[in-house]
Amino acid sequence: MSDRYLDCRGRPCPLPLVEISRAIKDMASGETLTVTAADRAFGADVKAWAKKTGHTLVEFVDGEVQRVVIRKT
Amino acid sequence: MTDAAGEDVSALDPSLRRLIEGLVEKSVADRLQPIQEQMATLRTRVESVESATLADRVSILVFSGEMDKLLAAFIVATGAAAMGTRVSMFFAFWGLAAIKKRRMFKGKPITEKMMAAMLPRSSRRLATSRMNMLGIGPVFFKRVMRKKNVQSLPEFVELARELGVRLVACRLSMEVMGIREAELLEAVEYGNVAVYLEDARDSRVTLFV
Repeated sequence: MSDRYLDCRGRPCPLPLVEISRAIKDMASGETLTVTAADRAFGADVKAWAKKTGHTLVEFVDGEVQRVVIRKT
Repeated sequence: MTDAAGEDVSALDPSLRRLIEGLVEKSVADRLQPIQEQMATLRTRVESVESATLADRVSILVFSGEMDKLLAAFIVATGAAAMGTRVSMFFAFWGLAAIKKRRMFKGKPITEKMMAAMLPRSSRRLATSRMNMLGIGPVFFKRVMRKKNVQSLPEFVELARELGVRLVACRLSMEVMGIREAELLEAVEYGNVAVYLEDARDSRVTLFV
């Protein structure tokens, strides 16, 4: 079970990243955030975001709707 | 107590001991001084090298005043801010339109009044760089963007401000175009080329839009 959930379907670039970074800010270290999106580029974007910010991508499910689980470091 | 040669020094006359101790202290201090001086020089050098390395920052010189180009600049700015990067945007010439909230005529000389009449009224009323079609283009684009949940330019400016993006209006451009502070958003700072360069030289990413 994830600690937080964020639905970014229908939210165009760069709003998913803005909302993820806002959500992460309020979380404690080790907590997880699940994000769903419907954007072919979301996977690449969120991977770049995680690499840059240092948080961990625990899970990434591609498809019509993408789902990622991020753990705050 | 014994000295380096293993001879007992505790038997020495106290005044002689004090003298020896004094000499030792002085010689240690003499040797330490150049080392301390070298350390100080090294420290200042390290500091200057550290300040010269590129920081994780983005600075954008916003020169264009068309809605589409400004949207691109603000998408980069807000995206970078969401990735934890410090972002500065400098608005020069036509780019000032992005941070314009209203148009003023009052108190301006005739040339500035003419210029004010020809410049866009606010960031809500900007042309597009292509397919403007006498203003039909922007209306069309705004409608399409709203349908697809893409934020409008003023919304992007507000988001940038919220995310802590530094917004700087170029004073020289304001002077040339007769734009007053009261016509721009309250959130902007004012600066000239040195302010831009100071941020740009520390930035890994610099863009001219």
